[in-house]
Amino acid sequence: MAAEVEMKPENLVYAKPRLITDKTMHYCPGCSHGVVHKLIAEVIDEMGLEHDTIGISPVGCAVLAYDYIDVDWVESAHGRATALATAIKRLRPDKMVFTYQGDGDLAAIGTGETIHAGNRGENITVIFINNAIYGMTGGQMAPTTLLGMKTATTPYGRDPRLNGYPYKIGEVMSLLDGVCYVTRQSVHTPAAVRKAKKAIRKAFENSMAGRGLSLVEIVATCNSGWKLSPVEANRWMEEHMMEFYPLGDLKDTEKK
Amino acid sequence: MKEEVKLMKGNEVVAEAAIRCGCDAYFGYPITPQSEVLETLMQLRPWETTGMVVLQAESEVAAINMVYGGAACGKKVMTSSSSPGISLMCEGLSYLAGAELPCVVVNVSRGGPGLGTIQPSQADYFQAVKGGGHGDYHLIVLAPNSVQEMYDFVSLGFELAFRYLNPVMILSDGVIGQMMEKVVLSEAVPRWTDEQIVAQSGSWAVYGKPETRTRNIVTSLELEADRQEKVNLKLIEKYRRVAANEVRYETFQCEDADYVLVAYGSSARICSKVVEMAREEGHKVGLLRPITLYPFPSGAIRELADRVKGFLSVEMNAGQMVEDVRLATEHRAPVAHYGRMGGVVHSPSEVYEALKREFINQ
Repeated sequence: MAAEVEMKPENLVYAKPRLITDKTMHYCPGCSHGVVHKLIAEVIDEMGLEHDTIGISPVGCAVLAYDYIDVDWVESAHGRATALATAIKRLRPDKMVFTYQGDGDLAAIGTGETIHAGNRGENITVIFINNAIYGMTGGQMAPTTLLGMKTATTPYGRDPRLNGYPYKIGEVMSLLDGVCYVTRQSVHTPAAVRKAKKAIRKAFENSMAGRGLSLVEIVATCNSGWKLSPVEANRWMEEHMMEFYPLGDLKDTEKK
Repeated sequence: MKEEVKLMKGNEVVAEAAIRCGCDAYFGYPITPQSEVLETLMQLRPWETTGMVVLQAESEVAAINMVYGGAACGKKVMTSSSSPGISLMCEGLSYLAGAELPCVVVNVSRGGPGLGTIQPSQADYFQAVKGGGHGDYHLIVLAPNSVQEMYDFVSLGFELAFRYLNPVMILSDGVIGQMMEKVVLSEAVPRWTDEQIVAQSGSWAVYGKPETRTRNIVTSLELEADRQEKVNLKLIEKYRRVAANEVRYETFQCEDADYVLVAYGSSARICSKVVEMAREEGHKVGLLRPITLYPFPSGAIRELADRVKGFLSVEMNAGQMVEDVRLATEHRAPVAHYGRMGGVVHSPSEVYEALKREFINQ
């Protein structure tokens, strides 16, 4: 039997980010939201923006994001987060304003607000969780649901004749002149987590520098909605999601 | 900006009032018959003088949600629209009421339903005072009957909105919005400083969590039923305070009246002529003009109900406010409705004929 080792502060290699609250997260085990929340909290802290950040939470699984990251928050109506962010940033241009939205919120009901905020070049960051499903309402089809994918409202698989095609809003946003940075990341491996964190930091820096709208898409799992174990969900995401939603930068106006 | 007297349109003075009362932002979308509000603001460029933000949104849905965002910052923010646009804003109004956010929304109403007409109408009374959006909530509703009141009610609206942390609607119509009248533009007051905003709204507004407090969260969400009920009870208590303290109305020759016309906005202007016409022919007719439609001047109508022979609710609609007049009388006096619809504005003689038909000649 191994001897008990006292955990000394100098031996700590990992800790809960300072700006993540002690509230127990409601997210399902294996869900990507918790990791993305952690990255946002870390970046805000590392950039010294704790007192200068305003977050906008969506309608969807992340509606309660305000319970977990210790900054000022506004909870938006479904799909309208970037409209709120537009006003907040224009009235408080010295603050770092970001929205946190899922695929249904951002790419279905909120498509108009998303595109127009991008087209106006609002100096905000949009964190976009793309798990190809409506999580909170119980696993219905999202605009990003892959062809053939079974959901509560596509029980026989998504059929383009009935349900249309999955839609790459990241690519759409990258065409807009007001958008300075669009990147697609994931958080399913330690390496991916590190890259995603860098992308979030870059987006927040763009917002503070007034370069226009930055969109960080995170291709994510919804193991409950997909009805897969966390490990199987990660595998399925790599095999299917990343084929249709390849990772990498879609636009970066800073990179000449 | 000093006090000035000018000849201006109702819609134009909304823009002047916004700038002069220290409004922080206006978000709007063009729609007839109120597009002059946004046009005038763009012409005046207040961002270069007071720092006020003016933005043309991509839809009324976006505009009201921009208002929601701005209001969440503790700023004085407003929008304006006309009937179909207000329908699109009703979701946002429900969220604003639920999150207890202050703002001013101007409805220069036109005829409906549907795309209806661009001509003036008062067919949005129910939408304004009974809800429009979902859930148990009320707007505070002010009904101007002149260009001067269009001007005055913007700053009054903000005063009430911040006193009660509730959205305020100025329910106007195409007549008031489009007509030109003399208006006294008050001396401009500066926008609130960040320090003033923290002092008055720091307990709830978002502006980046300072070291001196825990984070503020603006939300209308409460997943626990018993806690949501507490939110509802708190709102009801607020609406009771509003009803107790903010009823505004005006009476004209009601002291000896046998018959009382009840009318608001442009219809009240027409009815004041009807009172004159009737009095010239020896009929004792008075006018009660609700200035606040919510809270409704039920008490004043209830008092009159014991001594008058009848009320005629005169509205440019199919009969909406008449329901509140009837409720207020507690069936102590008969109540009838008269009104043209679809953008037709009734003439004084039409109203007088209706009064004779319903009551005087009975």
